[in-house]
Amino acid sequence: MNKNFAAPSELGRLQSLVFGVGLFGLIGWVVGLVLSGHAREMFFHTYLVAYVFWVGIALGCLGWLMIQYLGGATWGIVIRRILESGAHTLILMAVLFVPIIVGIKDIYQWAEIDQIANEELRTLVAKKTAWLNPGFFTLRAVIYFAILLLLTIVLRRLSHKLDATGDPQNIGSAQNWSGPGFLIYGLVCTFASIDWVMSLDPEWFSSLFGLLTIAGQGVASMALIIMVCVVLAKREPMNHILKPKHFHDFGKLLMALVCVWAYFSFSQLLIIWSGNLPEEIPWYIERFKGPWRYIGLALIGLHFLLPFFLLLSRDLKKNSRRLVMVAWLIIVMRFVDLFWVIVPSMENDHHQAVKLSSYPIYILATIGFGGIWLGWFFWQLRQRDLVPHRDPQFEEAISGGSHH
Amino acid sequence: MARFDTPTEVVRAARATHDAGYRKVNAYSPFPIEELSEAIGFHKDHVSKTVLLGGLTGAAAGFALQYFTSVIDYPINVGGRPLLSLPSFVPIIFETAILLAAFGAALGMIIMNRLPQPYHPVFNVPSFKRASRDAFFICIKSEDPMFDQAGARNFLTGLGAKEVTDVEA
Repeated sequence: MNKNFAAPSELGRLQSLVFGVGLFGLIGWVVGLVLSGHAREMFFHTYLVAYVFWVGIALGCLGWLMIQYLGGATWGIVIRRILESGAHTLILMAVLFVPIIVGIKDIYQWAEIDQIANEELRTLVAKKTAWLNPGFFTLRAVIYFAILLLLTIVLRRLSHKLDATGDPQNIGSAQNWSGPGFLIYGLVCTFASIDWVMSLDPEWFSSLFGLLTIAGQGVASMALIIMVCVVLAKREPMNHILKPKHFHDFGKLLMALVCVWAYFSFSQLLIIWSGNLPEEIPWYIERFKGPWRYIGLALIGLHFLLPFFLLLSRDLKKNSRRLVMVAWLIIVMRFVDLFWVIVPSMENDHHQAVKLSSYPIYILATIGFGGIWLGWFFWQLRQRDLVPHRDPQFEEAISGGSHH
Repeated sequence: MARFDTPTEVVRAARATHDAGYRKVNAYSPFPIEELSEAIGFHKDHVSKTVLLGGLTGAAAGFALQYFTSVIDYPINVGGRPLLSLPSFVPIIFETAILLAAFGAALGMIIMNRLPQPYHPVFNVPSFKRASRDAFFICIKSEDPMFDQAGARNFLTGLGAKEVTDVEA
């Protein structure tokens, strides 16, 4: 067995490639903003969608990182470096949160109550300002990132120590951090999703929203992990490590999370639709109108039914080439889902600027943002060996034989 | 038929048996060993098809039941909702699909394994009782084209079997 686990030089080229594609996206984004005629408002709207998409993947990586420590399953060992690199991008995401605070009045209605034309809504939102005000919103974001970065950095330091000393004690400490860490992570993600996305529609609320967001993050990040694994599996050193049994495991996790996402989405719809209450149902009514209706139907078909039936096949899950196509479908549908959740809430009387022709700008913004995110991610991935080969379970993880 | 004492041994022996060209082979173990069925060249079963069939039948039946009761037989206006209220139909459709898929799995497994089977020649081997406790068996059937009694015996002994017995059909 080859004992050199350094990242292949092709990763450097891949990093340049994603930067290039990202740059193309950024240029398209700027051109789109200028052409839209409402550059400032459109900038912040598109920025929020792109930000929420990529921060979700970063958070998903942190979540999987803690889960694989807690579960102690061998699939986690072969992707641990990918998860650590993905979680490390949270440092970048913390900095990139600043524009959202700058543009708070362009994004969130509650930041400027006087501008709300509907008097009833204004009175209602005024009662929520104890929580929804720019100062407290910023403070909360700082707290969220402080907690998330603490978890990321502690787990990263333990992993470095394991590499340096090979002392399995470090795995134990990582597990001790991951237990309470994952609980706190769940709370942070819930609060953050309420602040950053749900409060776009200050009248609306759904108690499932946080879990739905976490499930979405889990799906998106697992799809990205599969894509990265497929790239790595073609080259030294990972071509000796990643076997069909690993892809089988990733495929199973992807399918489980697709089902969880569908379950939460449907539960939210069923509860609100059955209740039919005036403060809840308008959120869905807006999304059943015009083109949004077809996007919603596409979500049922392409975010749940199609991937679900494809992932039922064991042969497909073991075949990395076919599994990666399902992963692409899911990543694209994650964007469509976020678009369907976020954009209609910003299209109200306060923000009349947004039109159908502006929708491609959201795609360009997400691609541009992705170039930066993936660039940071691959930069991190290249820093260290691609597998934690001093983990006590490492031999078991890469052995072709026993499954689990 | 050969007896082995550990799962690792039986999987290794099963692979060797398959590699030697024996195809009509059966393996017995007190608990499921995923590699064992692959080792004797057993890849596909058809239970997944009866599960799918059961699931689809269940979903269709669940929908039909609700459509008949709430649209045709006893239509009630609930809060102005349409009689055919798909979102509220989904949980029942899901439940009946799962129910019949589970029946499909259990019945498909039982029928395709030809169970219940009160008699099988391997029961004549006294130590076979241990197949449900702590022993692992590989059986080469006489209908295998490569089978000859002495050859199979020597082959299994060569694999390190703890005991090799002839099973009278």
